[in-house]
Amino acid sequence: MKPGSVAVVGAAETTELGKLPHMSNIQLHADAALNAMADCGLKPEDIDGIATARENPIEIAHYLGIKPRYVDGTSVGGCSFMIHVRHAVAAIESGMADTILITHGESGRSQVGMTPRGVNMAMLDGQFQLPYGTTNPPSMFTIPVLRYLKTYNVPIEKVANVSVVQREWAAFHERATFRDPLTVDDVMNARMIAWPFSILMCCLVTDGGGALILTSAERAKDFPTKPVYVLGAGEAGEHTMVSQMSDFTSSQAFRIAGENVWKSSGLKHSDVDHLMIYDAFAHLPIYGLEDLGFCGRGEGGDFIWEGNTRPGGKLPLNTNGGGLSYMHSGMYGMYALQESIRQMRGTSPAQVQGAKTSLCHGVGGMFSASGSIMFSNEAP
Amino acid sequence: MSEKPRRPVPKATPETQHFWDGCNQGKIILQRCKDTGKAYFPPRPFSPYTGSRNVETFEASGKGVLWSYIISHRDHPNFDMPAPYAIAVVKLDEGVQMMTNIVDCDQTPDALQLDMPVQVTFKRLTDDINLPLFKPAS
Repeated sequence: MKPGSVAVVGAAETTELGKLPHMSNIQLHADAALNAMADCGLKPEDIDGIATARENPIEIAHYLGIKPRYVDGTSVGGCSFMIHVRHAVAAIESGMADTILITHGESGRSQVGMTPRGVNMAMLDGQFQLPYGTTNPPSMFTIPVLRYLKTYNVPIEKVANVSVVQREWAAFHERATFRDPLTVDDVMNARMIAWPFSILMCCLVTDGGGALILTSAERAKDFPTKPVYVLGAGEAGEHTMVSQMSDFTSSQAFRIAGENVWKSSGLKHSDVDHLMIYDAFAHLPIYGLEDLGFCGRGEGGDFIWEGNTRPGGKLPLNTNGGGLSYMHSGMYGMYALQESIRQMRGTSPAQVQGAKTSLCHGVGGMFSASGSIMFSNEAP
Repeated sequence: MSEKPRRPVPKATPETQHFWDGCNQGKIILQRCKDTGKAYFPPRPFSPYTGSRNVETFEASGKGVLWSYIISHRDHPNFDMPAPYAIAVVKLDEGVQMMTNIVDCDQTPDALQLDMPVQVTFKRLTDDINLPLFKPAS
């Protein structure tokens, strides 16, 4: 990919976030998509490419009245939307499509019209994980952490503190689910879900959606919105069962996606003004900081503890409050992307003054997959 | 079996049948890549290291260490261990990782120490499935 060849011209979340039993899953996709089209002055007939995860993208296209000539149904968890952005850049550069819509909608809390998740006991997960009492993500995504803590002699309070710092950012956002200040003691003493993880170290479960529209940088100049250029991108995957993660202290998917986003963008760590790291659980920003190379091994928790990522710090991280405080419908990656776009447009309620670059790093499954996008509000 | 199994019951596939057959005899049967000599899991009839079909099965020691875990505080609708119960990953002496439960052991952070030696034990769920679990090594 050529840095800056493609830009995000339309971006929006659903009109409401939170508990939305009055909207079905597919309508959350449509509400976000209509908002993104309105954001940049487009109609369904102007869109010629569609991408979404978990749902069939054709179903979303038809519901919206879009006739796609490019379809991407990559569905590898909550970072699928970062991967859709990467694929959209390649598709637009090569002429496969001119204007691509990426949608996400998820009735994660209210479960209205959701595509069912099947369980088959003959699949590998059915044979080798489900018999041991795994249920939802808190019973799996957290398993590697004790090994990390022991390897680097890190106290669990350093993980709890991630939730505390992100709550500081959430306080800026009227749309955030939780905005009241937290202390490390609050997090440590909250109801235990999967020891050593209390409920305040686990993400929310809410309803919502978001959508992005991308086109060539050349066409982006004619849109009413400020273009947000894609400077680089990476994607990767490792496994689909957390028990088979090769290193419990570091994600192979994070490392490979990270290598690719640095290489394709040509940027270095000191060039990054704003950072999003998908936080389904409080340990993820720590793994992300280390696997992306912002910190040495075992140092991510200290980096956050020392205030580097909090409001006023040198590397603002998860400035919407993240999946821990802002919202999390199940596949959170779209909301991380939306905050990166707001920061690049200068419209975030927690705006980082003068930010010119934003790195948005996602996870899929339980450390299964990763997608990473480098944005800038300046053409290279 | 008259007693209803109180766990989700694995269903073997042609590629994993030898593993479950081994469990029925109280053995952990792993596979090894004959080109690299390295063991692997879960079962498949080729090497994930080289892509070669030049592989063999062998009986593993059934010994390993507790590699990492969580203690789930949520009740499970179909499970014979009451919450809180630990969901663990063990690293076998042969180098592979397996998810499991640690039985004959309190489900507490004090009792469950990382790197403690564990050995395999089995729980019969059905006539076909004898599920491998682990317990502290004696």
